[in-house]
This record gives sequence, structure tokens and C-alpha cells, in this order.
Amino acid sequence: MFNLCYKSLLNRRFIAALTVLSIALSVALIVGVERLRTEARAGFANSASGIDLIIAARGNDVQILMATVFGVGTTGAGISWDSYEMIEDLPQIIWTVPIMMGDNHRGYPVIGTSEQYFDHFRHSGGRQLIFAEGVPFKSPDGAVIGAKVAQAFGYTSGTEIVNAHGSGEVAFDVHDEAPFTVTGVLGHTGTAVDRMVFVSLEGFDALHEEPASEVADPFVLIEAPEVAGEHEDHDHVELDEPDEHEEGHQEHDDRHAHGSGHEDEGQTVTTSDGHDHDGHDHEPGTINAIFAGLEEKTAVLSVQRQLADHRDEALTAVLPNVALLQLWSITSTAETALRLMAGAVAVAGMIGMVVMLSASLDNRRREFAILRSVGATPAGVFSLILLEAVLLLSAGIVLGVIALSALTRVIDPILAANFGLRIGVGLPSFREVLLIAIVFCSGLLASIIPALRVYRMTLSDGLLVRL
Amino acid sequence: MKTVELKSLVFRWPGQPDPVLSVASFDLEAGESVFMKGPSGSGKTTLLSAIAGVIDVPQSAVRVAGTDVGALAGGDRDRFRVDHLGIVFQVFNLLPWLSALENTLLPCRFSARRRNRSGPDPKATATRLLSELGLEDTELINRPASALSVGQQQRVAAARALIGAPEVVLADEPTSALDEEAKDTFVQLLLKECKASGASLLFVSHDRSLEKHFDRSVDLPMLNAGKT
Ligand SMILES: Nc1ncnc2c1ncn2[C@@H]1O[C@H](COP(=O)(O)OP(=O)(O)OP(=O)(O)O)[C@@H](O)[C@H]1O
Ligand SMILES: [Mg+2]
Repeated sequence: MFNLCYKSLLNRRFIAALTVLSIALSVALIVGVERLRTEARAGFANSASGIDLIIAARGNDVQILMATVFGVGTTGAGISWDSYEMIEDLPQIIWTVPIMMGDNHRGYPVIGTSEQYFDHFRHSGGRQLIFAEGVPFKSPDGAVIGAKVAQAFGYTSGTEIVNAHGSGEVAFDVHDEAPFTVTGVLGHTGTAVDRMVFVSLEGFDALHEEPASEVADPFVLIEAPEVAGEHEDHDHVELDEPDEHEEGHQEHDDRHAHGSGHEDEGQTVTTSDGHDHDGHDHEPGTINAIFAGLEEKTAVLSVQRQLADHRDEALTAVLPNVALLQLWSITSTAETALRLMAGAVAVAGMIGMVVMLSASLDNRRREFAILRSVGATPAGVFSLILLEAVLLLSAGIVLGVIALSALTRVIDPILAANFGLRIGVGLPSFREVLLIAIVFCSGLLASIIPALRVYRMTLSDGLLVRL
Repeated sequence: MKTVELKSLVFRWPGQPDPVLSVASFDLEAGESVFMKGPSGSGKTTLLSAIAGVIDVPQSAVRVAGTDVGALAGGDRDRFRVDHLGIVFQVFNLLPWLSALENTLLPCRFSARRRNRSGPDPKATATRLLSELGLEDTELINRPASALSVGQQQRVAAARALIGAPEVVLADEPTSALDEEAKDTFVQLLLKECKASGASLLFVSHDRSLEKHFDRSVDLPMLNAGKT
């Protein structure tokens, strides 16, 4: 029977090949979309995989994540250096990296941070940042730039650049007085890091020594109240005057206590003296966020709670992976649309197969009559059609999976370079196998329609060979 | 011994007022060759279908090789058909994507009885049958059936009907697509092989010129009217 079926299909090889092709296409598409989706999600979830907690002034998790990891928007308010030191001293925490932001260089966000940033940041499934050339900044006027920045302006190690304040496309104010020298260029990551310029905390503060900086970033004024729900004046002052002078710091904290009227009054004043902390030669007044790593990953929730209850300053500790999934869920509509499309293509492929099987039936009536005259039962003819469907589906699925893995082999490096996405060339996952099984079963179910038609036809035709 | 026995067979196509067949009695002896004639639409093909058990016939009206065809259930009837009957159609007898040889061997594929009766090597038997029917060329019989001439196709169909020595061979106007010369050759070859295997042959045709080759001749309208 199998042999007969195979030869019969071979006889119609052109149209059979087309059908197999359309099934292969739908299988490749439906599995490809699924793989892209899960990998995008995993890659996305990994885009902050080295970081256990992101700590910022109280605010929305997703917004904090967007600002610190993706360089989009800002955190609500700043947090004091005292809080940074408090967090650094927590026994559960093994490393911390301060993050300052709000500046841009020709439209690319400037991040003030410490050298440890380059050790702890992870992207694309746990890869460390690598230096394509040069080294991390060692001095206040050193800067490390992302791959896209380097590409956009042709910067290399040694290039002198000038920063502009504010995070819009338009530079509000060019800080001629504080030029930076590029010390290193990061390798391509396919993440927001490619678009970032990194400078030391001291270098970042140096941008703001100019009196003009007071008016420089008007966005904070507009955004901060609704976002962080905090006092307007408070936000404004904190973000725009990250004074590094001891007296300025003092004055700032006084104003802070005044303006916000929080229960932490007085405490800030007593802790406002400069600290002599290991490893920090520069202490900014406020920073925007802290990346932190824990000794025991399991302690993350208790640390999160502890920081939320911190009384000196209203803090939010964000679990990056949780926030990333939250952010991801926002895109789920597009995701659903994509899956629906893939599903529709699969349905079209199935319909194509049923059409092919059905259309050939009339031409094959005499084939069935001959088969019956030599002893094939109507049930046998019925199963012949089903067998054909099985062959077509199997060939289509095999071809589709092969085509997909060939395709991923080709586009994987491209995706990885441009989007930090790795589809992975590995074997199909359980879900993918399930999807393939669904395609197979629905195809088989659909082919019952022509098979039934043949069954009835052979019964009514008998031995009559209609022309 | 009678290979086919019809007794008070009445058959009516669904939705038609008059029966197409109403045969009081008709028999085929073993090894006998019968020519059946009758105008178009008189029910010749229907009669062959009744004997082959492709249409539903009442019980004990049709006996083939001693078995009541009407009493057999669907699947059994299909198996019975291939076990005991060889059938040659008017045209398009072959599966075009199989070779002549494979087409000839089709009944052996579906029927153990036919396979067993076609000797230790069915393939050799098929080749012998084909060469006796004038298809000696091994290249020819291994080429797809669609590449054969109509006359060659009909001879392959005859070989297929004869392989495994079924009791009865039914032929429904197998010569209508052949020219005068090929017709006679074909009928003579078919008759010779039926005699050799001892099969009864029921040969339906419009063509009176072929009548002379057969043991006897039956007119279906007469048979239907009860005049035989
Ligand atoms: N499947 C069918 N359903 C209904 N009526 C049918 C069917 N097959 C045949 N008939 C009718 O039965 C009658 C006999 O048909 P049949 O095919 O047996 O004639 P025939 O003698 O073989 O004619 P021809 O010499 O043209 O082949 C015709 O009137 C035909 O219309
Ligand atoms: Mg007829």
C-alpha cells in the first residue's frame, strides 16, 4: 500500500512538491515565530542578567528598568550617596555599581558610573561586556563608548568628545569646559549599551559645575511629579544639582528636608558629612540608581523588602527579571498578532493540501476503480488518501524543520549582532514539537474530508470507469 | 462445473422505475467463453458489476465459484472479487505510474490466493503471460504503463486479469479502442490464455464481428426478457 501510495504521489510530483513546500513553509514559520518569541523573551530577560537588584528612588519598576538598563527616560528622583553607602554595607550585597544619568552626547545617553560596571553588566544570555579596543576609564575625563556611538561618529580611543546636558536629541548646553577623552570602545552587544557613553562619577559631576546647568534639563520638571509622586521642588533640586562640594551637599540636604517634609528630617543632616568609604575617591551628591549583586540570590526578596522599608529615603529595589517580564507583557499584543499570523499561514498550508488532495480525486477516479477491481476495499482507498496526507505532511514538516535550521544558521549571527538575539540552532523544544504535532494532526484531520469523498465515490462508482 | 450462476437476478438503480437487470437464469461453465451483446444502456456493464459484486445484489441471486456474492459483507466481497475474478475494462486499465509488469502483478499484491496460484515466482509468471500476449520486450514491460500504446495496455490488462488463474474473467468492451486487426489478435490471445488457465470468459462487446471466436453468444435484452 505504501509503495502504491508513494508511486502515485511521485506521479503527481510537481503538485505534491508544491504542497510539501507550502506545508514546509507553514511549519518553518510557525516554529520560527515560536522560537523567535521564546528566544526574544529569554534574551530580553537576560539583558540584565548579571544584576540582582536595581535600586532607585521610589518609582515605577518598569520605568526604572527602562531608564537604567535601556537608557530610555529617567528615574524619578535621585538617591543620596548615603543610601548608596548604606546599601553597599548591607551584608547580603557583594557588589554595587552607582549609575548617574540625564546627560547625553549628541543624542546618546551619558552614564556616570564606576569601572565595576564593565565587570558586572551582562547581556544576551549572560555575556560579559568586552572591550573592542582600549580600556575602562581611569581618570575623571576618561570615557568608554558603546559600539554604535563609536560607529556613528567614528570615535576611537583617544578621541576627545564633549558632552551636552539633557537627555533629548537637542543639546541644550554644550559643556566646552569638560571635554572627555575616549579610553575604550565596547564590543557590539545588540543592547542599549551600544548607544551609551560611560564616564566616571567624577567626570559626570564635572559636567554640572557650570552654573548654566541649572536650567538644562526641563523634562524632569514635567515628568517627575506624575512618575515618582514626589515633591516637584525636591526632584528638581536633586536631579539638577548633583553638587559634589561638601558645602553644596549640605545645603542640598537641608533643602531636601525642608521641601519634602519627610519623616527622615534631621537624619539626612546628621549623615550628610562626607564619608570615607573604601574604593570611592569621588562622592557625588546624588546618583540615579544602583546596580547591586547579592551573595545569595535567594535573599533577593528579603533585601527588596528591607530597602522598601528603608526610612531615611524612599527607595525601590527592582528585580530586573521581574520588571523585564512586566515590560515584555506590554509587547504581548504584537506577539499574539505574530503568532496568529503564523497560525493563519499554517491553516493556509493545510487548506492547500486538502485542495490538492481533493482536486486530484476526480482525475483519479479510474485509479480507484482499477484498485477496486484488483481487490482494494473502499476502506483501503480511504486509507490510501490518508497515507498520502501523512506522507505529504511528514515531508513538509521535515523540510520545514531543515529549512528553519538552515535559515537560523544564516541569520543567527546577524540577529545576534543587531538585536542581541540568539535564536539558537539546537533541537526543537518541547513546545515546538507540540506545535509540529498540532500541525500534523490538524492536517490529517483535514485530509479526512477528501478521503471520505473518495470512500463514497468508490462505493457509488463501482467498477464503472468514468471518463 | 459452473463458475457463474445467476438465478432470478433483479437489479434496479436507485431512483429508476424499471429494473436494468431481470435475469431468470444464466450460467457460465468452467472454461467456457461467452460473447455478450446488447445496445448501449441495456445493462451490460451493470450485469458485470453484479457478477463482480460491486453493486448490491440480493442474496442467492449471484453465485461465483460456488459462493453467494450477495451474502458477502463489503470488505469480504472486495477480497472475494480479486480472489476469483479477473476484470478488463474498455480503456484505461492500468495505473499509469506503475510499469506494465507491476500492473500485471497488482492482483497478487492484494490477494494471497492469486499469488499462490501464480506459481513459485509470480514475477516470472507475469513475464511469461505478457510475452505470450505479445509483450516480450523486457524494456517495454518495465516502462511506465502510460508509455504504452492502447493495444499494448489492453494486453497488459488481459495479463493482469489472468494472473493467478481466477475462475472467471470479465471483459467490458476491451477492444473498442483498438483497430480491426488489433481487435482480432487481442480476442484470440485472450481466448487462448483463458483456455490455458481454465477460466470462464464473459466478453461484452457491440462488435458482432468478434462473435465467431466464442463458444456461444448471449443477447442481454433477450436474457432480460427471459428468452434464454
Ligand atoms: N451508477 C449509476 N447510477 C444510476 N444509473 C446508472 C448507473 N450506471 C448505469 N446506470 C443506468 O443503468 C442503465 C444501464 O447502464 P449500463 O452502463 O449497464 O449500460 P451498458 O449496457 O453497459 O451501456 P454501454 O454499452 O453504453 O456501456 C443505463 O440506463 C444507465 O443510465
Ligand atoms: Mg457499458
